[in-house]
Amino acid sequence: MAEFEPKIIAFVCNWCTYAGADLTGTSRIKYATNVRAIRLPCTGRIDFMLILKAFAQGADGVIVSGCHPGDCHYTAGNYHARRRWILFRKLLDYVGIDVRRITFSWVSAAEGAKWADLVNSVTEEIRKLGPFEEYRKLLPLGQEPVEVM
Amino acid sequence: MSRIGVFVCHCGENIAGTVDCAEVARASGELPGVVVSMDYKYMCSDPGQGLIKQAIKEKRLTGVVVAACSPRMHEPTFRRACAEAGLNPFLCEMANLREHCSWVHEKGETTTQKAIDLVRVIVEKVKRNQPLYPIKVPVTKTALVLGGGVAGIQAALDIANAGHKVVLVEREPSIGGHMAQLSETFPTLDCSQCILTPRMVEAAQHPNITLYTYSELESLEGFIGNFKARIRKKARSVDEKLCNGCGVCTQKCPTRKIPSEFNAALGMRTAIYVPFPQAVPNKPVIDREHCTFFTKGKCRICEKFCQAKAIRFDQQDEIIEIPVGAVVAATGYDIKHTDFFPEYGYGKYKDVIDGLQFERLASASGPTLGAMKRPSDGKEPETVVFIACAGSRDPAKGIEYCSKICCMYTAKHAMLYKHKVHHGKAYVFYMDIRAGGKMYEEFVRRAIEEDGVNYVRGRVSRIYEEDGKLVVKGADTLLGARPIEIKADMVVLATAVVASPGAEHLAQKIKVGYDRYCFLSESHPKLRPVETNTAGIMVAGACQAPKDIPESVAQASAAAAKVCGLFAQDELSREPVVAVVNRCAPPVYSTCVGCFLCEQACPYQAIEREEIKTRDGRLIKTVAKVNAGVCQGCGTCVALCRSKSIDLQGFTNEQVYAELLAL
Repeated sequence: MAEFEPKIIAFVCNWCTYAGADLTGTSRIKYATNVRAIRLPCTGRIDFMLILKAFAQGADGVIVSGCHPGDCHYTAGNYHARRRWILFRKLLDYVGIDVRRITFSWVSAAEGAKWADLVNSVTEEIRKLGPFEEYRKLLPLGQEPVEVM
Repeated sequence: MSRIGVFVCHCGENIAGTVDCAEVARASGELPGVVVSMDYKYMCSDPGQGLIKQAIKEKRLTGVVVAACSPRMHEPTFRRACAEAGLNPFLCEMANLREHCSWVHEKGETTTQKAIDLVRVIVEKVKRNQPLYPIKVPVTKTALVLGGGVAGIQAALDIANAGHKVVLVEREPSIGGHMAQLSETFPTLDCSQCILTPRMVEAAQHPNITLYTYSELESLEGFIGNFKARIRKKARSVDEKLCNGCGVCTQKCPTRKIPSEFNAALGMRTAIYVPFPQAVPNKPVIDREHCTFFTKGKCRICEKFCQAKAIRFDQQDEIIEIPVGAVVAATGYDIKHTDFFPEYGYGKYKDVIDGLQFERLASASGPTLGAMKRPSDGKEPETVVFIACAGSRDPAKGIEYCSKICCMYTAKHAMLYKHKVHHGKAYVFYMDIRAGGKMYEEFVRRAIEEDGVNYVRGRVSRIYEEDGKLVVKGADTLLGARPIEIKADMVVLATAVVASPGAEHLAQKIKVGYDRYCFLSESHPKLRPVETNTAGIMVAGACQAPKDIPESVAQASAAAAKVCGLFAQDELSREPVVAVVNRCAPPVYSTCVGCFLCEQACPYQAIEREEIKTRDGRLIKTVAKVNAGVCQGCGTCVALCRSKSIDLQGFTNEQVYAELLAL
């Protein structure tokens, strides 16, 4: 059997991490192909329903990354995200998601190398944890999971 | 039914080198809703854009996905192309195949697969994009300049000369800033005050400039073109209109032992004082912390002698509200003082002084009237040691950057000293000499070759007092780190340039980013060096990074040009990426339940309360409403909304969930 290739969804803010990931590209730093980034204006925009939905949709891991505290383009959006994350962590156990599957990070527009490191380390971590199957097992009897392309 | 066009760019070899673009185009063509899909060598080129425009017209596209570089690079290009072909520009989005895929992965199937995924996600998003229209906002053609140093004065004059109103705010009693304190300027040895004071007067008398000295910005609200500034005009305790600047009060004031800020504590001033003779405005201020009347309740001598009857002990701080369209932050810098250096005596040796103190010693308007006299006993120092990089470029001191101006002013100081004390010895300890600039290197060479200043490459480890001399211990690293000991009469530290006190607080007030040293952040280090990430706010001078006078002036003029560019328009149009609260038919009106969590979360105070009433004026409900002019589109409110009644245009819940479902 081929090695398990995790599917990782990253929610990133437009101003810091998306730009930082652009810099990774401009600097030609290679990283794992497993991540798919979704661009949002700010980490403050990230409703944690989105993260649950990502897992329901077959993601094995999630990255949330935005500007460093104090650097938010919108002054305080990342603080909102951080506060919400603290609450959300507690909920994760309850909904049956291993907290190690979500990585919360700050990557600035100048930290291209950090983005590559982040993606690589999260990919490795998730590879060790194996596929996230808890939600698939919960599907009603006889219903096949939606085929993920 | 959506009719989407997908346009895959090779970017020469940049994308096609690792991603099979033809395969991406083929696979995208099979996605539901995609009616045309093609690849081309350079989509951003004229023929490439032509392909898109042609497809929009021929295939009646309802959405365009350009799979190319980062949207941060070319989104405006392709959106403009779509608009030219008659498609609402906000129906065009980009899939980032270059920075996020081809440049960061090796050639192979998984890379192409990722590229296809990225396109599919954006196709799903675009299907749900709504046509949006730029928001028009009016522009208030008044600029607020914060800081009345040389940068602030220059910016204010440039904007005012272009015919716009300027409000210049300075927190000290006089404009002029640090430049007014300097003796001479490098590399020409021009007298600093002689070149600055005419500008100060010009700024004060300019019909378009309103000057508020001894004032500070209290708050700044609003957004580009439409800020509302509240300025605290601190109580001077003097009626500026009546005062004629005769100066009798300052001569009669009995409290005379207050270290003068202007003279860098080398001279004394009175409690009612004018910072320096050429101050603009030339009106005194009562320092309430030291004034005998304010501390002990009696004195009033100044009031007795004031013939103009201008003393106002009961004057209160005044808050002035001014609408402004743009802001230039030019709040300047400060230097580390000698008490920052334990190895040099924590400031306890009177004859160890900092650069600004030396400027005052050398200045004809200074406490010694320009005579070289050391602070401790007023004797002429026979040996002076200048130490460059005191604090700067020193991670152990927490200041890793180069303060930029010290190499030059240290050369100037040594030169000025030698010009005044011909038989004196001047030593300069330095790490490197950074004399980049027109005539700068020549200036340093002149100090060394013509004026005979001894340059010693090495750092000073310690200074201590012995037999009335300051023993400077260091090493000469060009002579194999040979220990060197100089018995000096005076030591001048070229201390690090740091952010002005309160810079962090100001940055938060005007919502501008700042670095870990509290220097304000420009929008882009190369391409947008005077704008900040907050639209409508510019930076000028040393508040952004240490810089010398010509650079400060150049940046100030550049900031002024940006402000004038903004004021050249009567209306601004801005991206319609803003939040909206839904509205629907009665009896619901809006799903908003009026909890106003969004109001608390919004960093811009963009959430307003709207009352929905019946025809006879009975209140049905109070719901949130977004002021589209103020909203910056961060979407924090969207994530918080309990009833999902507020959504962010361009990043709606529907769009983002569609992206997720496509993965």
